[in-house]
Amino acid sequence: MHELAITQSMLDLVLKQAEEAGAEKVGKINLVLGEMTGVVGRCVQFYFDFLSKGTPAEGAELNFKEIPTTAKCHDCHKEFELGEFDWTCPHCQSNNIEITGGKELFVESIEVD
Amino acid sequence: MEIKVVKDILGANDQIARKNRQLFDTNKVFVVNVMASPGAGKTSVIMETIKRLKGKTRVGVVEGDISSSLDAEAIGKEDVPVVQINTGGECHLDANMTAIALGDLPLKDIDLLLIENVGNLVCPAEFSLGEDLRILIASTPEGDDKPFKYPLMFHEADVVLINKIDLLPYLKFDVDAFSKTIKGINREVKIFPVSCTTGQGIEEWISWLLGRMAGG
Repeated sequence: MHELAITQSMLDLVLKQAEEAGAEKVGKINLVLGEMTGVVGRCVQFYFDFLSKGTPAEGAELNFKEIPTTAKCHDCHKEFELGEFDWTCPHCQSNNIEITGGKELFVESIEVD
Repeated sequence: MEIKVVKDILGANDQIARKNRQLFDTNKVFVVNVMASPGAGKTSVIMETIKRLKGKTRVGVVEGDISSSLDAEAIGKEDVPVVQINTGGECHLDANMTAIALGDLPLKDIDLLLIENVGNLVCPAEFSLGEDLRILIASTPEGDDKPFKYPLMFHEADVVLINKIDLLPYLKFDVDAFSKTIKGINREVKIFPVSCTTGQGIEEWISWLLGRMAGG
């Protein structure tokens, strides 16, 4: 449900960038979503279609790059994808780990005319 | 034409959160964002914290709920300043809603502001309010698998209070396994097993909080 607030923020950001670039139309929005954020692309699309009506971003294509949750082991220094129900290092079974990816939530680029 | 943006989608919220933080710092208010699923015991922990700090620390409360002012009314009986935010459907508090509520609080007369977020283990994790400390209340009946289901919340919390430990004899909740799981993705987290019903563990939480407020 936080997708509504997130989509509104994303649209505000995109429209500001497009205006600064003197663009009339936004054709594509490239978004990066980390798995840990729990943001559902399908929901973002739904809210976007509604919120962008009558703006230069109406009808823009949303492209989602999804980033898995990754961690680094502090004992064996290897990087790995975090398992769904196992938060230990798959190489040395240590739980001395640090999250290194999966929290991303940003606009990477936009394509405008 | 492609334009490189690389900007955080919640940058606007973070900007307002930083302004809130400045306001808190100017008024020397220590701010705690209290997060949990519905029914985990956010209001109970806040009430216990107020009772234990009576006469020692001036407490204020912001109550965030989708609707109703039940919690604010209950807390108001403790004779502390309280403001209710009704989000009107939004599942979390954000920095702007908090900023508006702050206008109704005597910040100069508050040392500790407890902000009760909307009951939800997903959305509040994304929205900074400008707080000093994020606490997560996880209650034993919810089950010890919750960190795996809501990793961001457990990753973002500074403190986890395991509430309702008086119910442990009746539940399959492994406190050690639960704590180990959280520490796996959040090495700095402080964990306090507590019960608002029996008072067990509350003193440890309060003395740690006072230490933290004093800059420890």
